[in-house]
Amino acid sequence: MNKYKDIVYLDHNATTYLAPEVIEKIKTLLEPNFANPSSLYGISLRAKEELEDARAEMKKLLGISSGQLIFTGGGSESDNLAIKGVAYANQRKGKHIITSAIEHHAVLHTCENLQKQGFEITYIPVDDQGVVKLDELKKTIRKDTVLISIMYANNETGVIQPMAEIVKIAKEQGVLVHTDAVQVIGKLPINIDELGVDLLSLSAHKFYGLKGVGALYVKKRVLLDPIINGGEQENGKRAGTENVVGILAMAEALKVSLKNAKDEGLREKKLRDKLENGLLSSIPESFINGKGADRLSNTCNIIIKYIEGESMLLHLDANNICASSGSACTSGSLDPSHVLLAMGVPHEFAHGSLRFSFGKLNTEEDVNKVLEVLPKIIKTLRAMSPLWDESKKTN
Amino acid sequence: MALYSDKVMDHFSNPRNVGEIEDASGVGQVGNPTCGDIMKMFIKVKDDIITDVKFKTFGCGAAIATSSMATELIKGKTIEEALKLTNRAVAEALDGLPKVKLHCSVLAEEAVKSAIDDYYKKTNGKGLDGYNPKKFDGCHH
Ligand SMILES: Cc1ncc(COP(=O)(O)O)c(C=O)c1O
Ligand SMILES: [Zn+2]
Repeated sequence: MNKYKDIVYLDHNATTYLAPEVIEKIKTLLEPNFANPSSLYGISLRAKEELEDARAEMKKLLGISSGQLIFTGGGSESDNLAIKGVAYANQRKGKHIITSAIEHHAVLHTCENLQKQGFEITYIPVDDQGVVKLDELKKTIRKDTVLISIMYANNETGVIQPMAEIVKIAKEQGVLVHTDAVQVIGKLPINIDELGVDLLSLSAHKFYGLKGVGALYVKKRVLLDPIINGGEQENGKRAGTENVVGILAMAEALKVSLKNAKDEGLREKKLRDKLENGLLSSIPESFINGKGADRLSNTCNIIIKYIEGESMLLHLDANNICASSGSACTSGSLDPSHVLLAMGVPHEFAHGSLRFSFGKLNTEEDVNKVLEVLPKIIKTLRAMSPLWDESKKTN
Repeated sequence: MALYSDKVMDHFSNPRNVGEIEDASGVGQVGNPTCGDIMKMFIKVKDDIITDVKFKTFGCGAAIATSSMATELIKGKTIEEALKLTNRAVAEALDGLPKVKLHCSVLAEEAVKSAIDDYYKKTNGKGLDGYNPKKFDGCHH
């Protein structure tokens, strides 16, 4: 990973590089593993066996004793399969689905799609720290509710949702729970059996595996329709010849990530906290989103008032620093981050959000570089912002 | 591939004419903070010629670069010439803008008109003929 040494990469929630162990694993797989796992000759059976070994290993690492782990083409597909699959298979029970206002578009747009097909969707609001309001959730469950889909941790703010409570509320009413755990898997130790959710999405490229491969956990006896029809792969729940290399690499990536997830989390938290404290003390009129909530230890989401996110990102990029923003101009839409808006952040401030997300390769030097560079950028941009002048006049 | 042309990046990184004019002949502000783009333009007019122009902008790379380019394009021009400035001309002078960014550049033309409107209001008391600033208030350009 030496070729990134001049780049300060602080966008691990967007994607990660491959772990060195994963690269080594992939090298060993590229040539011998070409056979189709569904064929009947020896080399196919071996491919099939390796695939099933990877599945068994991942289940063990994730604390899954029974139920299925369906391999998919990534987090978005897992979310689609979970929500559409449950919705289609359980229509006789009802057509009401509950989700939250802060979900990833993979969930939100899936729900919008179902709404067009006659399903009813309710979006649970969050408080000002970005935590789903449980009392609203309780009130919203109806006799025809078939699924609650609430993310485990938010990709923009890192805010962790009270999953155990959500499961408890759902179980009392006999409603299935799906969680988009794409930002959690690999970062936090997990035991899915204990967590008690019925379905869980994960994606390899968020934990140092390859892009375009993921999985969906489905508890025993959960009715699920496939959304990709074809062959009988994955117990008929997901047709298509398996991405063998991607899947074996994902199992390796999960193993490597979870081996020291706790220590690595603490290490990243130190860096993150140093960054936050440094920024807050050197940049007036700034605040951290979700600071009062339980958060992923790698994520920092900061609002810098009176300037716009994309212009900050361009200046950061000119300094070889990679981050992201929730401004409208970076999303390609006219509205800034729906997550920040749902938390009650005013539009004009949401445009000025920056997200820094830490990972394995980050060091204290990276934090120092941002602390050196960003305040200067902000000074320049504020000097040309009419809003900054106005705020000075009114204060 | 870069998001923006070299020219856009040049005007974004080294914007021309940033600032304010204390005794401006006209000041115009368009856009609103909800949309994420605000452009404020100051013009100094002498004998119908824009002798000086400065801007302040809250917005993305495209918004800042178009502000900068627009000030360059109207500086030294007559009011009549400045009123002919279009967003398209600004975008072309910047060697183009990504399609998703065209809406961010819309404000440049309006900021010029708004400043000229203000100048006319101060001089003839009526403002710019047929200028309707309301229509630029929404986010959905
Ligand atoms: C919370 C969350 N869900 C889903 C996804 C989509 O995952 P993928 O890119 O693997 O489709 C992402 C990644 O952007 C995410 O952060
Ligand atoms: Zn813009």
